[in-house]
Amino acid sequence: MLETLPIYDSFLQRLDPRIKIISIFIFSILTAVSQKFNVLLLAFSISLAVFFTANIPIKEAIKRLIPVNTLVIFLWFFLPFTFKGNTVFTLFDLPVTLEGILLATMITVKSNVIMLMLIALTLSTPIVTIAHAMHEMKVPKKIVHLFFFTLRYIHVIHNEYIRLSNSMKIRSFKPKTNFHTYRTYAYMVGMLLIKSLERAQRVHNAMRCRGFNGNLYSLSNFSIQKTDKIVMAIMMILFLLLGIIEWTTIPLF
Amino acid sequence: MHISEGVLSPAILIGGTVLTTAGVAIGLKKLDQDEIPLIGILSAAFFVASLIHVPVGPASVHLVLNGLLGLILGWKAFPAILVGLALQALLFQYGGITTLGVNTLNMALPAVICYYIFRQGLGKNAKRSVFALSAFFVGFLAVFFSGILVGFSLYFTGEAFLPAAKIVVLAHVPVMLIEGILTSACALFLRKVRPELLEGIYV
Repeated sequence: MLETLPIYDSFLQRLDPRIKIISIFIFSILTAVSQKFNVLLLAFSISLAVFFTANIPIKEAIKRLIPVNTLVIFLWFFLPFTFKGNTVFTLFDLPVTLEGILLATMITVKSNVIMLMLIALTLSTPIVTIAHAMHEMKVPKKIVHLFFFTLRYIHVIHNEYIRLSNSMKIRSFKPKTNFHTYRTYAYMVGMLLIKSLERAQRVHNAMRCRGFNGNLYSLSNFSIQKTDKIVMAIMMILFLLLGIIEWTTIPLF
Repeated sequence: MHISEGVLSPAILIGGTVLTTAGVAIGLKKLDQDEIPLIGILSAAFFVASLIHVPVGPASVHLVLNGLLGLILGWKAFPAILVGLALQALLFQYGGITTLGVNTLNMALPAVICYYIFRQGLGKNAKRSVFALSAFFVGFLAVFFSGILVGFSLYFTGEAFLPAAKIVVLAHVPVMLIEGILTSACALFLRKVRPELLEGIYV
């Protein structure tokens, strides 16, 4: 489950990561707060266009859209029935309202549109590069460091977890609903923490020995190219358009 | 449970982000540069724990461990959970960018509250039974309050979300019990094997 993300070579992949992060950030906020379907339609077109410049296999994207849609499907079981409004038809004696269906549809579109954009970012930019870009963008240094350490230790702890759970299996441990199972898991979590802590201290000491002074140096230098500027300009114009349609009455559509 | 993108109303998203920013700022202020490896591990453990499924009857639930995190870290749980959730969004697309604030708040605030409520009972000289019971309630209540907060986030978005919110809170009940038992057993284990890990609460 914790394989490193595949990075697909594409137009999007070559863009400056800072531009991608800023664009996605603004785009997500605009889409999340939007209340109009025509704004969402434009947002959907933008995310689709960006997605296609990322050269990501459709299958991969669909796989990654599953987690979002589990909550969305869960909400579909409620919202059409519980939102007050005009009844369109009744299902099992429960009235289904038009407003409820519209709200559920809106949530579905928003979730998927924002996620599509996020998928385009994560599959075109290595996570480490995202962290370096955050550092360049003056995100507090402690957060960036924490991000790097966490990213690194996720893999360490996950491997350790696999090792421990294998050794539990060898000793014929079968998880059941009983106190013994929970205590075993608790000790396993405790052991995971202790083992990783010792390792972290060793690594930290080694880093200090090699002169780590709390500064991060990136091997890849970011530089804004002409293409980056053009993309940024196009994105800002599109976002402005989204904002205008959402908050003013100027009839653009 | 993470709330995904596009569900909540702007007011909730903004409120969550503002409060989380405040919490993270407090956490960062208390956080020493040298502690970063330790916190990094705990937030990685928090991340990996969400991949561990334990059986409950015929179904299974995944661990949350926000109580354990709060118990060890106090306010520093805020940055730890923020980073853990950001990585979950980037790697697995759980949660998202705009909901990062709300989701962090829902998990970290209960952890901090439980830390302050049960700090006394978790001290160095506390009796074993008191310690075990306090740790149980930290795990139990951290998930309980998280469930309530998630429920309220949905409910304040619109009244139509009320039934869905109730189901979400109910779904947290079995998780609460298991988290309580696990946090208690794990804290006892840590107290026996590596007491310095818990020194945050001894101060």
